[in-house]
Amino acid sequence: MEMLSYFGDIFTFQNLLILLLGSIGGIFFGAMPGLSPTMAVALLVPFTFYMDAASGLLLLGAVYTSAVAGGAITAILINIPGAPASIATMFDGAPMAKQGRGQQALYVAFFGSLIGGLVGVIALLFFTPPLAALAMEFGPAELFWVTVFGITVIAGLSGGMLIKGLFGGILGMLISCIGESPMLGEPRFVVHDVFISGIAIVPALIGLFAIPQILTLVEEVNITATKTKYSPQPGVLGKTIKMFLKWPKTVALGSILGTIIGIIPGAGGQVAGLISYDQVKKTSKNPQCFGEGNPEGVAASEVANSSTVGAAMIPLLTLGIPGSPTAAVLLGGLLIHGLFPGPDLFDPNKYANVTYTFIGGMFLAQFFMCGIGFFFSRYSHSIMNISNLMMAGAVTVLAVFGTYCVSNSVDDVVIMFLLGLGMYIGSKFGFPSAPVVLGIILGPIAEENFLRGKLIAETDVGVFNYFFTGNMNIVLIALCVFSIGWGLYSEIKAWRKSKADCVIA
Amino acid sequence: MKKLLTICIMAMLCTLAFGSIAQSAEWKAESPISLVVCYTPGGATDFQARIVSMPAGNEDYFGQPMVVLNKPGAGGMTGWNWTIERGSKDGLTVASYNMPHLAAQSIVQKSAKFTVDSFEPIANWGADPAVLIVPMDSPYKTVDDLVAFAKANPGKVTLNGAGLYVGHHIAMLQLEKAADIKLTYIPEKGGTDAFQSVYSGKVICGFNNLADAWRNQSRLRILAIADNQRHDFLPDVPTFKELGYDIDDTSVNYRGFCLPKGVSQEVIDAYAKIVPAMFNDKMVISKMKESGSPLRVMNREEAIALFKAQEAKLKVLLAK
Repeated sequence: MEMLSYFGDIFTFQNLLILLLGSIGGIFFGAMPGLSPTMAVALLVPFTFYMDAASGLLLLGAVYTSAVAGGAITAILINIPGAPASIATMFDGAPMAKQGRGQQALYVAFFGSLIGGLVGVIALLFFTPPLAALAMEFGPAELFWVTVFGITVIAGLSGGMLIKGLFGGILGMLISCIGESPMLGEPRFVVHDVFISGIAIVPALIGLFAIPQILTLVEEVNITATKTKYSPQPGVLGKTIKMFLKWPKTVALGSILGTIIGIIPGAGGQVAGLISYDQVKKTSKNPQCFGEGNPEGVAASEVANSSTVGAAMIPLLTLGIPGSPTAAVLLGGLLIHGLFPGPDLFDPNKYANVTYTFIGGMFLAQFFMCGIGFFFSRYSHSIMNISNLMMAGAVTVLAVFGTYCVSNSVDDVVIMFLLGLGMYIGSKFGFPSAPVVLGIILGPIAEENFLRGKLIAETDVGVFNYFFTGNMNIVLIALCVFSIGWGLYSEIKAWRKSKADCVIA
Repeated sequence: MKKLLTICIMAMLCTLAFGSIAQSAEWKAESPISLVVCYTPGGATDFQARIVSMPAGNEDYFGQPMVVLNKPGAGGMTGWNWTIERGSKDGLTVASYNMPHLAAQSIVQKSAKFTVDSFEPIANWGADPAVLIVPMDSPYKTVDDLVAFAKANPGKVTLNGAGLYVGHHIAMLQLEKAADIKLTYIPEKGGTDAFQSVYSGKVICGFNNLADAWRNQSRLRILAIADNQRHDFLPDVPTFKELGYDIDDTSVNYRGFCLPKGVSQEVIDAYAKIVPAMFNDKMVISKMKESGSPLRVMNREEAIALFKAQEAKLKVLLAK
């Protein structure tokens, strides 16, 4: 346990201050739609030039941790994912806020993030070598099946409207085809120059969720004369902890899925949150309660997306291969201090002090994130009490600002509005937004890896053998089959149970 | 009021007159400069651009900070298109270039709005040659082994790189031509993704950045460098030329600053004077060195020559 001896270095005034400021800043970044964790870390890397290596990394780690969790604030209170990772948090978080339980939802989200985050860091600390080896198993074929597994989630996200959900998913995949094809560089659907670089995920995300939300708010403007006043509730923390004690399966499923998805390069927190939410819902005794304001759904998503943070560092620190886009940016933070990923980072004669101070700091950062999150949550009622009219205006500003920030482009803002308008019309006919977003996120990963796998396979064993043999492929295919089968089974079961049976804690 | 106006005009005229007599430090950035980076945050180009633009705010250089503006997409084309079409031509928008990429895309891509002549090269900061890598346990110990296998099995050798029409792709095309073999090129999302596929044996070999390969040399075998001379980082690795394959420095990834055509000569002159000095700043040199990023500073004349030479070579290579 000599690694624990390095943890003492964290408890200096300077490092604790960095953790505190990093966590506050990270939560803010995470909560702002458009300012993703990746961007937050990218903006901060140059600042770490002037710090010593350990402090610089502590700052980046704290910001990354908090930014992933902070997305929950906007997801719950105003029904827009603050970061792509918090999509699944909205499904139950936003209905909870509508019922006046926003504070409860936020407490669940941050407590879940704490647990997930700790699991991720513990995996990083103790299971690095086997998990790094596991990450290397994932080639094009395996990644393709992981994506298919993600796509099976659509059935669960459609809220009983399977056909409309599948339609949305395909539409999302078609939208993701816009721009240059990844393998051949052929332009597709480029009806105007602005489409040549494709539709970025964040503008699509904001458009599809925020614009229908704004328009719905405007529809209801007239009926807000008697708005209920929400006030802070006492004893929420105790209630939250009691709830988590009742969900050992959710916590285990969420953190294991999150950790595994976190170490796989190419799939990030958004995929983890969605898959975990769906699996928890599928294996729940009362799947029909999800989407109606069930805190368990919030926990499922947040535990999973936060556990990807520590896990994404595993292949990064050992092999220099980032497990997530944010970890890729963090690689810059390592290199700038001359820290090259590999065994040197864990060698007591070289950089072990920096590495273990960083990992220890990540551990502590989870508690800072949770504490600050709780602190903000106490004021959540002030957002819930805002009148719809003001809210519509504020959300519009946030949506435009967030979209513009992604690549300083007005084109993105126009695309965001167009997609949002389309989605609003679609939602009038009962089409849910989530499957479209899922299609946009997963479509390119599936396509790229399928084509890459096909190219490799054609030089070697043939396409069928490449995708259908090998232990990992078979396990993943089995998971896909299980997921679809269980989805159908629980869909039928849900028909029998009425929504009235929901016991919401 | 009129008097005030006259004084103002007089003052302006005086400044202009003195400016033209003194003939130095004419153009001065009055607000922060946008540095367009055509790749995502965190990539090698973005990372290095952020390092080399750090000292811009010093009074010795621009006296104004440079703000990185990421415009990723289509292998860099989106950012360069944007710079040409929408970037301001007052010297407050400067783009980073990646050399074989910019020229290759202007030749190959129909939707490229630029040619090499659309830009005014200012200065070069880095050069990252492509190296041929195989996994540690690969049966191929030399380039000859690999070429012999490829000759016997046309198209069976999978080789990856960071994308389409980037330096690695160019190096692969050169190798195909020089050794008269047929390879299967697998474009990946970026350098680290490509590196992972090689490391885990998903592909047979790959071209990757010298700097990344150097940082990971304990985990893979580096067979050869696609450059005219050996590199300080890897003195034991031969060049392709030494091994008898006619591959020059066309695929070397040169990085630097360029301005869009249409900016005034004063701006170009000011940049040509300030930027190379900035790239040679002590802080830049030490940070580039610490992070293992190869530095190769060139002034405006050298950068212009580089643009011309690369375009000519690529036109031959990419014809067909």
